[in-house]
Amino acid sequence: MKLGKKLGLLSGLAAGVMLAATGLAQAADPLKVGFVYVGPVGDHGWTYEHNQGRIAVEKALGDKVKTSFVESVPEGADATRVITRLASTGHGLIFTTSFGYMNPTVRVAKRFPKVKFEHATGFKRADNVATYSARFYEGRHVVGLIAGKMTKSNVLGYVASFPIPEVIRGINAVAIAARSVNPKVTVKVVWVSSWFDPGKEADAAKALIDQGADVMLQHTDSPAPVQAAQGRGIWAIGQASDMKAFGPKSHLTAIIDDWAPYYIERTKAVLDGTWKSGDVWGGFKSGMVKLSDYNAAIPADVVAMAEKARKGIIDGSVHPFAGPIKDQSGKIILKAGEVMDDKTMLGMNFYVEGVEGKIPQ
Amino acid sequence: MLVRLENRGEISKTMVYASPFIAVVLTLIAGVFLFALLGVNPVEAILSFFITPISTLDGFAELFVKGTPLVLIAVGLSFGFQANVWNIGAEGQLTVGALAGGGLALLFFESESLFLLPAMAAAGILGGMAWAAIPAFLKTRYNTNEILTSLMLVYVALLLLSYLIHGPWKDPEGQNFPESRLFPDAGILPVMIETTRMHVGWLFALAAVATGWILIARHVIGFQIRVTGMAPMAASFAGFKEKRIIWITLLMSGGAAGLAGMVEVSGPIQQIVPNISPGYGFTAIIVAFLGRLHPVGVLFAGLLMALTYLGGENAQIEMNLPNAVTGVFQGMLLFFLLAADVLIKYRVKFGGPKTAGAAEGAG
Amino acid sequence: MPEWFIPFLLSVVTASTPFVFAGIGELVVEKSGVLNLGVEGMMIVGAVSAFAAGVTTGSGPLAVFTGAFAGAAMALIFGVLTLYLLSNQVATGLALTLFGLGLSALMGHGMVGKTFPGLPHLEFPLLEQIPVIGPLIGTLLLGHDVLVYFSVVLVIAVGWFLNKSRAGMVLRAVGENHNAAHSIGYPVNLVRLLAVLFGGAMAGLGGAYLSLVHTPLWVENMTAGRGWIALALVVFASWRPARVFVGAYLFGGLTIMQLHAQGLGIEIPPQVLAMAPYLATIVVLVIISRDSALVRLNAPACLGKSFHATG
Repeated sequence: MKLGKKLGLLSGLAAGVMLAATGLAQAADPLKVGFVYVGPVGDHGWTYEHNQGRIAVEKALGDKVKTSFVESVPEGADATRVITRLASTGHGLIFTTSFGYMNPTVRVAKRFPKVKFEHATGFKRADNVATYSARFYEGRHVVGLIAGKMTKSNVLGYVASFPIPEVIRGINAVAIAARSVNPKVTVKVVWVSSWFDPGKEADAAKALIDQGADVMLQHTDSPAPVQAAQGRGIWAIGQASDMKAFGPKSHLTAIIDDWAPYYIERTKAVLDGTWKSGDVWGGFKSGMVKLSDYNAAIPADVVAMAEKARKGIIDGSVHPFAGPIKDQSGKIILKAGEVMDDKTMLGMNFYVEGVEGKIPQ
Repeated sequence: MLVRLENRGEISKTMVYASPFIAVVLTLIAGVFLFALLGVNPVEAILSFFITPISTLDGFAELFVKGTPLVLIAVGLSFGFQANVWNIGAEGQLTVGALAGGGLALLFFESESLFLLPAMAAAGILGGMAWAAIPAFLKTRYNTNEILTSLMLVYVALLLLSYLIHGPWKDPEGQNFPESRLFPDAGILPVMIETTRMHVGWLFALAAVATGWILIARHVIGFQIRVTGMAPMAASFAGFKEKRIIWITLLMSGGAAGLAGMVEVSGPIQQIVPNISPGYGFTAIIVAFLGRLHPVGVLFAGLLMALTYLGGENAQIEMNLPNAVTGVFQGMLLFFLLAADVLIKYRVKFGGPKTAGAAEGAG
Repeated sequence: MPEWFIPFLLSVVTASTPFVFAGIGELVVEKSGVLNLGVEGMMIVGAVSAFAAGVTTGSGPLAVFTGAFAGAAMALIFGVLTLYLLSNQVATGLALTLFGLGLSALMGHGMVGKTFPGLPHLEFPLLEQIPVIGPLIGTLLLGHDVLVYFSVVLVIAVGWFLNKSRAGMVLRAVGENHNAAHSIGYPVNLVRLLAVLFGGAMAGLGGAYLSLVHTPLWVENMTAGRGWIALALVVFASWRPARVFVGAYLFGGLTIMQLHAQGLGIEIPPQVLAMAPYLATIVVLVIISRDSALVRLNAPACLGKSFHATG
């Protein structure tokens, strides 16, 4: 009985694999595109969205490309081998989708000058290594505005993974935006020291709720915090992919990573021979960052405000890190009328006013 | 009951060598079924698992890169396991060894000294030993179970690494990302085959195997360890100090794991990163038993285990098989290998008269 | 009593219950003289099976049952290998975890992104209206999901079984000295197999609790090492059911407490705070095990040793 069930599941999967295989079989001499993932494609977060991007490449370019991926590649000694393996098996373009692959990517790229490499969220480039990342903080700005308007307790909870600039930038963007519409807001942060541990993320969310938070934000990858928020009847904002299914009442909106346009564009560039190394940091404007549908419970004027900010970011009239910005001690670190440059944002290592606690060092 | 096991009364020499092959054949048969179920061409899948990964010089070298930490740790662990000292925390000892050895490279990041590498290796060994000394002390002093303390210390070591790499040891020029500086050239293990990543760490592993072999076969310590494991009472009559054995085996396995950690950061990784080991400390436990707790057996088992990882990656690239299949396939291979060892001491009988015995009745 | 105290306790109950299930199951296994290190693997297969059953049928009880059944099916592999083919228990257990993580990912392929409404809670609105102590009683004793109550009953039942029932005596005898037990005529391997199956079912239940109640969703590797903690708890509890329960709540409590401490703005690095549950476990264990006579009294003498009847 048990075996029968397993077999059923396996054969269901098998059918899928076969379909994928036959769909690829006819191509004459397709460009092989490789993807290296840090998590399982079933994480419903970071890796899931990258894999959606890969699938989109296959859909858009059909038999001109053949994609392959390796999932759950540890960011240590194994990364170099996997990337080398991809490069030496005829892959012409390789996306390495986590920060920890930076040095391995650069190392392998030296050995394979003809292969093009694209490394996500890093800062080391070469003639055949480009970098790309998304300006998630633009999304954080808009959700920060919504959270600032929706909170009654004036406490926003933030489930955070690791104190890296990317995460700190998100926390600050939310704090600045929320306080711009509601100066009483404070942001409480709990670090779970993991990108991915649904149980701990849920427990952290509950701890924040117990301490008064009534809007839950997260920079971890599982939908558990949204679910916890729904369970306790507070608002939540999803991360990386649409998490409405996990908390339909609570889910205000989610910041979605959409890598598909970039992946398609870069793959096309390799096919055309126009690929050049560079650094792309895309946001709302390039479609790399998106927001999922707004919850119907958000008042119309708040939606209008959020949409205005989103459009403002696209046309350049709104900048999430525009002065005056004060640090936690109240000292002005960015004067009125100035906007923060990319370099400061990329290395951000301080909290702004309104965030509670200290960055763990 | 039609099938039963009968004690051979002695160890079958043939089966000592034949059983791994029987297991591999059984795994291949089961693998054919698994892959057929998944709708994948079984022959292609098995080739892509076992043959193509090592068909190039690069791939062949990678086998040793991946096998080095597994063999190093497993050789160390096999001593303790023979003496019934259960060090489950090699992963933690590896991490602390990597921190100690790698920390030295970070401290002297401008060094060009030839002494840096030996010093790092020594620091790695000492670091691993120090971490293993905690369970040894608690076991000998307070009789605290070493399985639990060594396992808990794994989590503590990983959190210590996380703390250091997000704080004090962060690369000052690294834009606040959680990675250390790159080690200086003097702190990187030399490569043995040009263009590949095969570094001299593999020689450490071979040296560990040789030392282990001599110790267990020739040295009095090896004898004491084996007697303590098989007959603790006899050991204490013979005047072997149990506490001494506990200390020696834990320090040896901790030192070996610490060296493995240093080899990983100084060989293939070349800096301190948040994830130094993908669970080598735990995988090495399986390797130790697959190698039947014998250094030479461990050598082959470590390479076989390494091959399944390379094969899994390769099958993903070539066949689009999900990573999960690797885990299932690996598990199956291990099950068969572990089960086949029964043939060394027992022979399978079909039908025939039953010997009286509750165990058979239960089966 | 601060306002956050009651919800804090609630979080502790939810975080601790999976440990209770997996720990008590492993305790019975170890009492019979078998060491199964594959708890993590059985838990994760239990989690995915329970969730899949819950989503497909919509039935909570069926989901729970499927989780337990799947855990037992995994344990059967372990039991056959170690008891009848005499493979090494430590290595087989570790291999079981490897196998389980892979298998669960394969089985859960279509389950990512789905949700399950959760299990029914027992409500006693009248009792909770008693002033002052009402809410506290209400939180501590009432209003949990059914599995929490079952976990308490289970601990008591296992305690009774091991110490008072005849079958429990046989089980302990088998774990204490399998040769003697065999010569008296007890079916050593059958007893052990049943214990292993029970352990697997409980680990599966622990996994089911994670994917049905704690965070009703399926994502790969969602047990995140909880099976290992459950294993540690058994030794921590020096093989006594009540202490497994206490240990589980202590560990769960410390985990939740460190998250609260962060929210309250205590300035200790989160990594150092996160070490607290592990260090505390070691400290408590040292205190308990200093009394060596007591440990020897409870630890099964044949733990981890293979048995083959010589006839």
